[in-house]
Amino acid sequence: MQVLIDNYHLYLRGLGTTLRICLYAGLLTLVVGTFIAGCRVAPLTPLRAFGTAWVTVFRNCPLAVVLFFMAFGIPALGVNASYFVFGTIGLALYTSAFVCEAIRSGINAVSPGQAEAARSVGLGFGQTLRLVILPQAVRSIIPPLGSVMIAMIKNSAIAGAFGIGGDLYAVGIRQSSAQGEAIIPVLVGVALGYLIITIPAGLLLSYVERKVAIAR
Amino acid sequence: MSEVSTDTPMIRVSAVDKYFGSLHVLKDINLDIPRGQVVVVLGPSGSGKSTLCRVINRLETIDSGAISVDGVPLPEEGRALAELRADVGMVFQQFNLFAHKSIIDNVTLGPIKVRKLGKDEAREEGMRLLRRVGIADQAEKYPAQLSGGQQQRAAIARALAMRPKVMLFDEPTSALDPEMVNEVLEVMAGLAEEGMTMLVVSHEMGFARRAAHRVLFMADGEVVEDAAPDTFFDSPESERAKDFLGKILTH
Repeated sequence: MQVLIDNYHLYLRGLGTTLRICLYAGLLTLVVGTFIAGCRVAPLTPLRAFGTAWVTVFRNCPLAVVLFFMAFGIPALGVNASYFVFGTIGLALYTSAFVCEAIRSGINAVSPGQAEAARSVGLGFGQTLRLVILPQAVRSIIPPLGSVMIAMIKNSAIAGAFGIGGDLYAVGIRQSSAQGEAIIPVLVGVALGYLIITIPAGLLLSYVERKVAIAR
Repeated sequence: MSEVSTDTPMIRVSAVDKYFGSLHVLKDINLDIPRGQVVVVLGPSGSGKSTLCRVINRLETIDSGAISVDGVPLPEEGRALAELRADVGMVFQQFNLFAHKSIIDNVTLGPIKVRKLGKDEAREEGMRLLRRVGIADQAEKYPAQLSGGQQQRAAIARALAMRPKVMLFDEPTSALDPEMVNEVLEVMAGLAEEGMTMLVVSHEMGFARRAAHRVLFMADGEVVEDAAPDTFFDSPESERAKDFLGKILTH
């Protein structure tokens, strides 16, 4: 276990990088996922088709393939950015399909009469969704959305494996293979790092869940 | 009661057909409702009366025919449709108040977001309407805290807050406990007296006799009778109407 104590600053930095990936990817995926969910319940057929296609592609492609495309495909098209950006975007796009479906299931849990009443007072589709449906859907969205977000945090390790560099996963790999440290303690350190993020995230989610359950 | 019907009718339904799958729910419906007329639609369950009510603000689409409100044909989806719906008040059997908003917020949401009224102005107008329907003291409560009758009166206030040209009522008292029916009917009768154009799907015969100018009896997707309330209730012409009235009058 000495390796953890000696290299604690590396682990801390790795934790910081992983946190940053998750924060950016998390925010992006919430925005994209909500937008796609809006498309999937829109009255216009082309929007619905777009939403369905999006979910079909990103939910059914392995994350590694999405990240591979971001790492090698997009630069080949002449778009240049650091792999931190590509990896984060890839992780967000992949996760957005699951965010979309969590949100859509919440939308479907709201009684259709609510949308009818909203449309009847003259609210447009976007207003109906934003002012009437989503605020009521939140309660049933939070639990599945929480699982999706925790899965995303763990999936950030795959983005790390693609060479974002400096995140928790990369720290572990470097220490065990490049520096020849014993693998078990190194991985224990990496696992602890992820738990430090995911467990509070889970607690935060159950707090939010209780909060929105009462507010009504 | 006689009506002046020289100008465009408030609601015009011409040759409307509607199917749910293979079920023909509206069969070649033609109906003109002049400005200020109160029409009560009744008929057995499954006769298409609720669907008729719902196609008028396009909560249900039609398969053929045309509908216009105040001379304007019903638009397809989009902004124009939303604008038309703002002018057509709708009251539902299940109230459908916004469950996450207080009563006053239910009433002011449309005026603020659609009519672009200021918050204070909308609230003032909303409170006036809540006083009118007799639930001003419930303004800050949530829908689930109110009785059914109070919720339905709030729903009527919400629709009125948009200053609609027409009010559609889809079985407004059918989900209410018997002792709450009258408080809702009284509000509706008051509206009728003020000259609101109304289409009311309801079996409340007392209301139909007192407030309606005209009764439509529907069966199997068709308008079978179209008469003044007293004529219809006292001497229905068709067998189906006699049979229907026999069933609801014997109790």
